[in-house]
Amino acid sequence: MKDLSLHILDIVQNSIHAGASKIEISIIEENKWLKVFVKDNGSGIDEELMDKVTDPFYSTGNKRTGLGIPLLAQNAELCGGNLNIESEKGKGTIITADFIKGHIDMLPLGDIAKTMKMLIFSYPDKHFTYFHQVDNKKFSLDTIEIREILGEDIDIKSGEVLKFIDEMITENLVVIGAKWPGAGG
Amino acid sequence: MTKVKNLDDLRKMREQMKSKIRIRNNSENSENLIQIKVAMATCCIASGSRETMNFIVDELEKRNIEAVVTQTGCMGYCYAEPTVEVTLPGKEPVVFGFVNDKKADEIIEKYIKNGELIDGIIPVNYQSVD
Repeated sequence: MKDLSLHILDIVQNSIHAGASKIEISIIEENKWLKVFVKDNGSGIDEELMDKVTDPFYSTGNKRTGLGIPLLAQNAELCGGNLNIESEKGKGTIITADFIKGHIDMLPLGDIAKTMKMLIFSYPDKHFTYFHQVDNKKFSLDTIEIREILGEDIDIKSGEVLKFIDEMITENLVVIGAKWPGAGG
Repeated sequence: MTKVKNLDDLRKMREQMKSKIRIRNNSENSENLIQIKVAMATCCIASGSRETMNFIVDELEKRNIEAVVTQTGCMGYCYAEPTVEVTLPGKEPVVFGFVNDKKADEIIEKYIKNGELIDGIIPVNYQSVD
């Protein structure tokens, strides 16, 4: 993948396929580390399969390639970090990937706003939260909050709302100091 | 300092949007709507399918074309990603390969609007992708 936002989009697909109704995405940039967390309340991973999920092409899903987690793990390790998976069957999964920000092989953050926009468009009934922290500056987004503001008569999938969400994420991430090519930050 | 958007701006926007609500209930008459499926597995995302889907979603809205746009898993055409399956009402699904913004624009303008077949169609291997 060219950047972290694409990895996140890919990993969240796993959560969706696991039947998750709530997916929490967090990015914490502190000192030299950048940590990505994707937490869901999906079906979880069987304990005996935990060793296999990082194997390339291993998948329990139909029409899934089985490359999302292995590629993220590989990129984290290339950047001096690692990937950790905590999961409980029937409760959900937390995937954590650490990266050393200044590492020569570090991927850019990428357009995380587009990732969130596409997730919200594709799965408007899911509860997404996005949290990004750069040192002591924070930004967060919660689709339940957005839906409460919109009410029942305005669709969260509508073009104007999605454009707003895209711009709100982009602008606020620039303010808190998150950077990616083209962000203007 | 430039003002950044926040949820108060969304509240104000909502008031403006209320005055021009267009009720769309895709689920009731989805059979009569154009169905567009964008493959979004790992191979697809790595090849640019997020950008393709974003373009399609935005352009259909701008061009006022009603369609149901969804994601799918891997369609099996990893060599030709990004891939997009388009089903016009009453017609068989057609899968297009190597769909970047320019090809997506061509699909919308020529195939979706006029039913005109264009280059880049992948031969049929199966009925449709779930």
